Amino acid sequence: MIVGAIYLNDDEIKNHVLVPRHEILDAKEKETVLKKYNVTVEQLPKILNDDAAIKAFGAKVGDVVKITRESVTAGVSIYYRTVI
Amino acid sequence: MFEVNCGVIIMDESVVQDVLGLYEENIDKLDISAKEKGALKKSLKDKYRDMYYDYGDAIGVIAAQSISEPATQTTLRSYHRAAGIGLNITQGLPRILEIFDARKAPVTPAMKIYLKKEFNTKIKAINIASSIKETNLKHIMVLDSLDLGNMTVEVELDKKLIDKLSIAPDKIVSAVKRKIKNLNGTIDGNKIIFEMNKDKVTVKDLQTLRFKLREVHVKGIKGITHCIVEKTGDDFVLYTLGSNLGKVSKIEGIDISRMVSNNIFEIADTVGIEAARTTIVSEITETLRAQGVDTDVRHLLLVADTMTQSGDIQAIGRYGLSGSKSSVLARANFEETIKHLVEAAVAGISDELNGIVENVMIGKTARVGTGLVEVAMKTQTSAKVDENNKK
Repeated sequence: MIVGAIYLNDDEIKNHVLVPRHEILDAKEKETVLKKYNVTVEQLPKILNDDAAIKAFGAKVGDVVKITRESVTAGVSIYYRTVI
Repeated sequence: MFEVNCGVIIMDESVVQDVLGLYEENIDKLDISAKEKGALKKSLKDKYRDMYYDYGDAIGVIAAQSISEPATQTTLRSYHRAAGIGLNITQGLPRILEIFDARKAPVTPAMKIYLKKEFNTKIKAINIASSIKETNLKHIMVLDSLDLGNMTVEVELDKKLIDKLSIAPDKIVSAVKRKIKNLNGTIDGNKIIFEMNKDKVTVKDLQTLRFKLREVHVKGIKGITHCIVEKTGDDFVLYTLGSNLGKVSKIEGIDISRMVSNNIFEIADTVGIEAARTTIVSEITETLRAQGVDTDVRHLLLVADTMTQSGDIQAIGRYGLSGSKSSVLARANFEETIKHLVEAAVAGISDELNGIVENVMIGKTARVGTGLVEVAMKTQTSAKVDENNKK
């Protein structure tokens, strides 16, 4: 975060071509994901809570976000990150 | 979609079905016998399953090799001329290093900007380009001279150019006043005469003022030295040298959802780490492809995922990923051996010997590939995979 820099608003970020869909998982979904991959929240890849996309999608520290990416190899690929 | 389940990689059946669906669609177009068709179907399936990595495969090493070997074939110093004129953008090995080292700013930052539908005409595109490109006073003047009789500096403007860029002379005066204090500017036709509010003005003062005036920023975005309009398909695309996504987004007519930059850190700051990851992949792919190297994109995906997994962009190297490994011996093995060993000794750090390097050092079986399993047994899931493979 640079002081004085101009940032995009939430809608502009959400609609940007490079930004995949971020969804915040509820407690139950979170549980399922962690169980499925046999990991703890700390072991998931991370995303900062001041990340532009995270702010736009309104996630909070401790949330797990499901990122649905368009993939060249698999069509759609799903990735999880925890907000730190 | 791939799933990793207790170390057994199970291909999502829908992917196999997709491939087979394509096969069913196109098989009738081929002039081959039924037997050959069957063989084709089987080899398709087998080919697809061959693409998995086995559990414990050192995919990082494979990715490293797959990227570095072709990279040795690339030209050392080459530039790509975007839009045919002027814009020299770093390509080849220097660019690859730049990305993997996660340098804060690329040597040649560049943006690619699309326009909104209603602005997608040649004239409007050129107008927008002129409001993006940095214009200093020196770009729009014909001559600046010292008037030693009146102790003033005269700046003669390029009339045609300021009309084209639609810059009003009084705006120039106010821009100069904002930048340089204690100055009066009077507009006299094509000329602007600047006078210092000072008792004793020396010739030296005037000379300093003259050079300061040249650098006064009049229009556009600072740091964007070139902006070129090119028509690709139906779209007029602006290519810039210099990058500032935040400021460009405030200019009317820009399609914000499609503006991209090659500055990965700037992308991360403006639209988030996921976008930065996508940019890393596309930048490396483009750079390699320009050199005629065809690396499988999966290796690059792995690298990009690893670089961004901490939420920030980490370089691959001493100060990035390799330097943040948890094992002391692995870090010592890479670079700065003594520093890491001394630090570990002082802090009394122990090493679990879980990694590959550590085990190679002490001569134990490394936990990779077949060395990973101590007892192998058939579980329900692996039985299911075997069954699927037989089908």
